[in-house]
Parts: sequence; structure tokens; C-alpha cells
Amino acid sequence: MTTINAEGVHYKKLNEDIHQSLATGERQIELTNVRGQRYIGVGLDAGVDITIQGIPGNDLAAFMNGARIEVNGNVQDGVSNTMNAGKVIVHGDAGDILCYAMRGGKVFIQGDVGYRSGIHMKAYQENFPVLVIGGVAGDYLGEYMAGGVIVLLNLTDDPKPAGYLLGTGMHGGAIYVRGQIDQTQVGAEVGFDQLSDQEWELVQGLVVEFFGDLSLAPRQFAREEFMKLYPKSRRPYGNLYSY
Amino acid sequence: MRLLHRKQFPTSKDISGCAISGMMSEIGAPMSGEAIIRSIANMHDRSNGLGGGFAAYGIYPEMRDRYALHVMYDAIDDKQETERLISRWCTVYGDETIPTRPSALVRHPPILHRYFVNIKPEVMERFCDETEDDAIVDLVMTINNESKGGFVFSSGKNMGVFKGVGFPEDIGEFYRLDEYQAYIWTSHGRFPTNTTGWWGGAHPFSLLDWSVVHNGEISSYGINKRYLDNFGYKCALHTDTEVIAYLFDLLVRKHRLPFEAACLAMAPPFWPQLERLPETRRELARTLRIVYGGALLNGPFSVLVGHSGGMVGFNDRTKLRPMVGARKGDMVYMASEEGAIREVCNDPEVVWHAAGGVPIMAHLKEPEKVIGAEATARLKAHSCKLPAGAWQESPRAGRAAASVQ
Repeated sequence: MTTINAEGVHYKKLNEDIHQSLATGERQIELTNVRGQRYIGVGLDAGVDITIQGIPGNDLAAFMNGARIEVNGNVQDGVSNTMNAGKVIVHGDAGDILCYAMRGGKVFIQGDVGYRSGIHMKAYQENFPVLVIGGVAGDYLGEYMAGGVIVLLNLTDDPKPAGYLLGTGMHGGAIYVRGQIDQTQVGAEVGFDQLSDQEWELVQGLVVEFFGDLSLAPRQFAREEFMKLYPKSRRPYGNLYSY
Repeated sequence: MRLLHRKQFPTSKDISGCAISGMMSEIGAPMSGEAIIRSIANMHDRSNGLGGGFAAYGIYPEMRDRYALHVMYDAIDDKQETERLISRWCTVYGDETIPTRPSALVRHPPILHRYFVNIKPEVMERFCDETEDDAIVDLVMTINNESKGGFVFSSGKNMGVFKGVGFPEDIGEFYRLDEYQAYIWTSHGRFPTNTTGWWGGAHPFSLLDWSVVHNGEISSYGINKRYLDNFGYKCALHTDTEVIAYLFDLLVRKHRLPFEAACLAMAPPFWPQLERLPETRRELARTLRIVYGGALLNGPFSVLVGHSGGMVGFNDRTKLRPMVGARKGDMVYMASEEGAIREVCNDPEVVWHAAGGVPIMAHLKEPEKVIGAEATARLKAHSCKLPAGAWQESPRAGRAAASVQ
């Protein structure tokens, strides 16, 4: 385990230090006093484990390729932007455009998330991105979503677990919400349903993993507490750009 | 555009957006500019060296009843011409070069001078039932539009704007902001997108004691500019943000709307959202949307507005730019990134991401002690609460409101 003190270090230097440490064969890195440094964990492969004390900057874990990042604090905007694989665990809140165009791996946020979380998440063959949110979500959750799943646990039992315009432009994947979402809160493309046996099994598995990774006391939920938001059509623009 | 205010290009480019940061002591406790410089410097990579600036409230206590005009000049001739105009309108109680610290990182500064003035009684007679504030607005518009190479970039009482072309931390050093004591500081690092980086185009934009720093762009600029033109506000600074400063002056000072109503007029709910509001609130929002259509700000923005009584942070309705709020004791912080807040306050009691179209407001707790009785009465009127009803019923909005109000 190598510890790097990020106090006053510019993001370019900090990321160089991380890469140099990895080049020596180190696989476990702890970053302390992080305050806004961008691009931490960008593109890192499996087997790397980074723990962050503080507030990492924008585009944390962007293009990440299998590494594991755990943050003891809040995170800013653009976390897991176009992430391919790996896991991000955040003991705090997240900012906007969380999991932007994420293509695989798992992101667990203990607290609330900002606007446009899960925007344009997508899945293909074995690549299946998962976002689990412990708190509540801002507007445009799952905007243009094309694949993967978002689970909104609403652990604080907020009567309004999310904002408006949820799933606007959604054409793939699913959002599972614990609590009530009404028709005025979702985009025109979104339908409501109950969770199937298979989906409930998936959600239950993720819940156990989420509580375990975040070291939270386990909770049991009933299937009826959840509702499913899904796209009513698939490939709605399939005929639009047929060259 | 003035000769000396020519474009300057950075040596490297890292695509980003502007940075804003503000901090306020709600009990009016003075703070040096050192902390706000550190805060905005944390977001160095959001700007590109083509503009940085600060607004500071409470910095001229000995001159608190005079308007402090900060003026930039291209050349000494421009200074003489503009000073003739200032002397015709104003009694000048003091003037001096704005103190600066020469820096290799701040190139081609204009001549920077400040004047502490009141409008002459005989000039006030021309203004019928208008106030001295109106006369100052008129003077600023006259200088900025008619003077060849002079720009007034700050014109409030007991406050001042300091700005220029450079990275904000370098501009802060250049203006020696560590030597000033203010109870509100706002700051900006610029990444110009639509207009050139020049000294007058740096943020904050300011008129009377309003100052505005802005991340984003106002795509309704043309409509807002024409609307403001009806009321004598002339946009002369080649940058969209200017309209926000003038709109606050028009809506709050002139039309006496509460801050909350002004924000509701500038960033109103979309029509379908408006229909879902409680009735009293709905009627208010509808009326504001109709009456103040020309004041609606479109496009992505996060904005910090400073005034002598407090600080207002607000976003566009769909939250296309970042804004984080935090509080610790009597201190309120608002910034583009949480890292910038943690840089100066590592253990805030509460931190939250703002919701779209929902203002965050911080006010002086005992304004009488800081801004006097008359300004306090105005502040209280502007701070009044609108008819009940959540802004957009968003869960985050509720949490934010609970932690500020």
C-alpha cells in the first residue's frame, strides 16, 4: 500500500505519481487530502485498488477499465464518465452527470446524486453498467438511457425520491425506484411496471453487494416497495438514420 | 474594443468552463482576500487565463457613504476626458490609483483609478423624482458608452470589483486583495467562449452594489439587451453576463421585487411544471413569466450575485452548470466545485448540490450594524418570502432550503 498526499498537488502531477507508483508494481494506493483534483483513476485496469480521502475532482474513474476506487467523501461531476469496467464506491453524495455514457462496471453512491445521473448509459453483450444510489436523485435521471440498470434505493424514505423528466429519451435499460414516481415526473418514452422475478433477484443481489461494500447495516426490502421505469419502445430511431 | 484591451491567447488549452466561488460571513465579519484567492485557484483548470476577477463588500468603511467608482483607462488622455465628465456630475471626496503589485503574469494592465463620489446637488435637480442611485447608473452608462477609452467597472458603496485578463489567482495578487477586508467575496475564473478576453469583459459585472459572476452563457442575451434598453441600461461590455447585473438592478432596486421573485422571473418553471404548483404560487409564477418575459434568461448558467446585504446563487432551470453550497456556522459558501469550498473550509456542517432554478440565498443576520438603517429596510423588503409552495418540489431543493433559510 502506497500513500500519496495530494495536498496542494496539481492533478497532472497527482496522476503521474499514481501511474509511477503502479509502474513499480504497487496495486494498492491511498490518496489523502484530495480536494478537486480531476481525472483520478482514468483508464486504470483491473487489479488496481485506490482509496481516496477527500473530494476527488471531475471525471473520477473516466474510461476506467476494471480498477476499484473507494471514496471517503463526496464526489463532484462526471464520475465514471464512459467507464468500461470496475467499481466505484462513494461514502457520500455525487454531483451531476454521474455515469455519463457508462458502458460497464458498478458505481455505488451512498448518498444523493445530482442532475442527469446515468445519462446515456449503454449495454452490449457482456458489458452491463450498474448504478446504485442510496439517497435521492435530481432531474433527468437516466436521460437517453440505452442499457444497464439504475437502482434508486431512497434509504431516507423521501416522499419524492427523484425530480422530473426522468428517463427522457430513454430507449434501453431499466430504472428501479424504491418509492413512488408519477407520470408527471417521467419523459414521454417511459412506462411503469412491476419487477419480474428475474429483475427482483438482480436488485436483491445488488442491494446485498451495496450494503456490504459501503459497510452499512443490511436492510430488507419488499418487492412491492419498488417500481420499474422502462422504455416503451426500443430503437425508436432505428429507421431514421438508415443509410 | 479598445486598443490596449487586445486579445491575449493562452499557451495551452484544456477545454473547460468558467469557475465561480463566493463566501459570505452572515454576521458581517471581515475576511482578507487570501481565502477567496485560494478557493478560486483550486479551480484553476476551469479557466484559461483570459479573465479573472473579484467583488468585495465592506472594503471602504471610511468612505461608506460615497460611491466608489473603479475606472479603467486605455491612456492618460482618456483619463482626463473621463475625469472632466466625473467632475461635472460629482463631488469627488477622494481619488487614487488602485494599488497593484506588478506581475509578469498580468500583462498590459490599463490605467486603474478609483474615485469616491456623490452626485452634486445641482445635477440631482435634473433627475426629478429619481434617486442618487439612478443618477449614478446614468453616469456609468454615459461613461461606458460615450467615453473613448474609459470604463467604469465598479460603482457601489463600500464595495469594489477588481478584475482583468489573467488567471484569477494572479489577478487577486495583482490587486493586492490580501490587504482588503470584506464580509462577502465573490470570484470568477474565465474561459471565454463567445467574446474576446479583455479587461472590461472579465467578471464580475457590476452596477451600484450589484456584482455578478457567471459560468455558462446567456443565449437570450439579444432579447434581454433590448428589454433593458427600454429602461436606459446600455450593454457596452461585449459579454452576455452584463445583462444579469442590470436585470437585478431593474427588478429588485427599481421594481422592488423580492430576490426570490426576481430569480423566479429570470429562471421561471417550464409551463408544465408551473401548472403543478400550488395555486397562489402558480399565479405568481405565471404573472412574473408574462410581465417579465424580456427578463427570462435562457441557456446554461450558474450565477453568483453579490449585494451589500448578501449573496444569491442560482442556476438555469435544467441545471446545465454546476453549483455547490455549503455552510459552517455563520459562513456560507457557494462554488462551481466542492473542492473549492473544502479548500477554505475543510469541515462544513452541510454541503449540497443546488437544484435547477432554485436560488440559494444568504443574508446578513444583523444588517443594521453593517449597512445602516436605510439599506436594512430595503434589504428586509427584498428578502420577504413569497407565498408558500416548493420551488419545483425537488427533493434536493427542499434540503437546500432547509439548510440556508
